[in-house]
Amino acid sequence: MSDAVLQIEGLEIQFPGFAGAVHAVSGVDIEVGAGEIVGIVGESGSAKSVTAMSALRLLPKGAFDMPSGKITLLGKDLATITETEMNEMRGRDVAMIFQEPQTALNPTKKIGKQMIKVIELHTELKGKAAKDHALSLLRDMRINDAEEILDRYPFELSGGMRQRILIGMAFACSPRLLVADEPTTALDVTVQRQVLQLLHHKARQTGASVLFISHDLAVVNQFCDRVYVMYAGRVIESGKTADALGSPAHPYTQALIEALPEHAKKGEALSSIDGTVPNLVKPPTGCAFEARCTKSIEKCIQRPALKPIAADKRQVACWLKEAQNV
Amino acid sequence: MSFLNVVRRRLIFLVLVLLGVTLITFTISHLIPGDPARMIAGDRATPEIVAKIRDDLGLDRPLYEQYARYVTGIVQGDFGTSIRPRRPVLEDLRIFFPATLELALVALLVATSLGVPLGVASAVWKNKLIDQFVRVIAVTGISTPAFWLGLLVILLFYGQLGLLPSGGRIDPSMDVPATITGFLLVDSLLAGRFDAFASAFKHLILPAFTLGFVHLGVVARQVRAALLDELQQDYVRTARANGISSFRIVFTEALPNAMIPSITVLGLALGDLLYGAVLTETVFAWPGMGAYVVNSIQALDFPAVMGFTVVVSLAYVLINLAVDLIYMAVDPRIREVS
Ligand SMILES: Nc1ncnc2c1ncn2[C@@H]1O[C@H](COP(=O)(O)OP(=O)(O)OP(=O)(O)O)[C@@H](O)[C@H]1O
Ligand code: SF4
Ligand SMILES: [Mg+2]
Repeated sequence: MSDAVLQIEGLEIQFPGFAGAVHAVSGVDIEVGAGEIVGIVGESGSAKSVTAMSALRLLPKGAFDMPSGKITLLGKDLATITETEMNEMRGRDVAMIFQEPQTALNPTKKIGKQMIKVIELHTELKGKAAKDHALSLLRDMRINDAEEILDRYPFELSGGMRQRILIGMAFACSPRLLVADEPTTALDVTVQRQVLQLLHHKARQTGASVLFISHDLAVVNQFCDRVYVMYAGRVIESGKTADALGSPAHPYTQALIEALPEHAKKGEALSSIDGTVPNLVKPPTGCAFEARCTKSIEKCIQRPALKPIAADKRQVACWLKEAQNV
Repeated sequence: MSFLNVVRRRLIFLVLVLLGVTLITFTISHLIPGDPARMIAGDRATPEIVAKIRDDLGLDRPLYEQYARYVTGIVQGDFGTSIRPRRPVLEDLRIFFPATLELALVALLVATSLGVPLGVASAVWKNKLIDQFVRVIAVTGISTPAFWLGLLVILLFYGQLGLLPSGGRIDPSMDVPATITGFLLVDSLLAGRFDAFASAFKHLILPAFTLGFVHLGVVARQVRAALLDELQQDYVRTARANGISSFRIVFTEALPNAMIPSITVLGLALGDLLYGAVLTETVFAWPGMGAYVVNSIQALDFPAVMGFTVVVSLAYVLINLAVDLIYMAVDPRIREVS
């Protein structure tokens, strides 16, 4: 795929621990095309963040093993570039925003100083020009009193304001890819919508691709072109958002959608998925969802591979689908 | 919280501390058996002379009256007259306190200038060789008595190598520059006396190192802990995601924030160094408050001992005030808290 901005192939990541290694990511393939907004959904612990961090090589050095996998970012194999080259790409070609805007900025430095530092690091703009650029980024994020905001400390601002600043900062050098790890989870609902719209608009306007991580299906449904559903460190379903979430093929995705509040009929209790996510120190050898699946068959004690079931990169990892297709 | 509020709060605190400290030392010094009047008068004095001295010093007045007189005196800058050399205590303090402060400050400089880099190194290379090394230094520093370390370095650098003087503040054959600040290093520079500066500097090395060594490890461990804590913070992750190099992250993002909690430790260290200097001074024949107070205690010279106590307590409170103000200057979050 030559037009892919990000390509993750066969990624496996483990965290060594006292009780044994945590198999956080067990063979994940993810691709983000130019200008595409791609979502990753999944429960807590399904390795959305670990996968996203690995795309910027941000996982703490020495804390993890990567037995296999190839990550190609803008045509560069991340295993082959130096830390200096990686630093040049981070913030310039690829940017990332995180879940907690409260703590994502340096508490003792003014907003302006922090923004200008990044702009000066990656662009030719210096001093006044860098400041002007910071101002225009903030105004793009619908921050009217931008001049005054530059002179503020993070703790003086609301969460929504800080996240808008962080998004503005992420777009400082017009990156080709923005990785957004639950950027609005910590915000309240109305602010969440605003911030998402700004992010969406800015991405479309600059043509940046977005890898958008969330456990909120409704948000992903509204926001993403394509989606990957992750479970216990694997992708179990993917495809165009309308297909994958509109007519889900995997029992897990189906269960997630049934658990959405709008699916509960009046007077009926919200359904939730019984059981818990498997232990990742000893991950199941068969289908990871088997313990919770209501439709499991004999074959499910073997691991189903992610296989295409339709056009448009529509894929699913479930024996039921395989049986139907063959 | 405004700067003024902090100053006001600390000043009220200062008054309370001084009242407490004087009350305690005053009481203790008057409970200790021994008759200062007799000590002044000498062995052969007649009872009449002793009585006269006692009357002059007000030693026969009730204790509360003596205390009130003493405190009133301090407020007016009068610390009383020392019994042994029969001189105003304030005059003695003026000579001896700067010598001690100079030693303590240089020792703090030693502890900081070595401790901070060692702390940074042991945080960056956590659990590596340098980290273990700093851990050993810290434990050694805390558990080594300063006077013993002092004797050791004297034996080595004076006795064996003959590189540095064994004691005193300046070469005895040298003219001492005029006292302006009381800091010999500063005074010799002010007088343009580079020979005196060099000599004073040489005399400072061993005692300052000995005194600073105790705190070096403490400072390093504090900086290490604070820096590791900062490096865990989310803003460091943001900085990494923005392509800021690890080196710049440590020195321009995390370390300045890590130094904020470390200021407290440095302030405490300076306070400790003032007290600690007392012992070290004896080993290095450093003419500061240490020698002065030791001699005064032996001579039951209460006004001198109390003068020392008051000055050191005063310094302690002022150091804390300085720490508070520095905190406010460097941490915008504290300025905001009302
Ligand atoms: N630094 C680390 N050391 C050890 N284990 C880790 C580390 N980071 C992540 N893990 C483990 O990897 C697994 C995946 O975690 P990850 O944070 O990617 O999940 P997530 O899908 O982002 O969940 P959430 O929705 O809660 O953010 C978890 O089991 C987690 O405990
Ligand atoms: S493979 Fe089997 S256990 Fe897994 S989701 Fe499909 S039916 Fe359920
Ligand atoms: Mg996460």
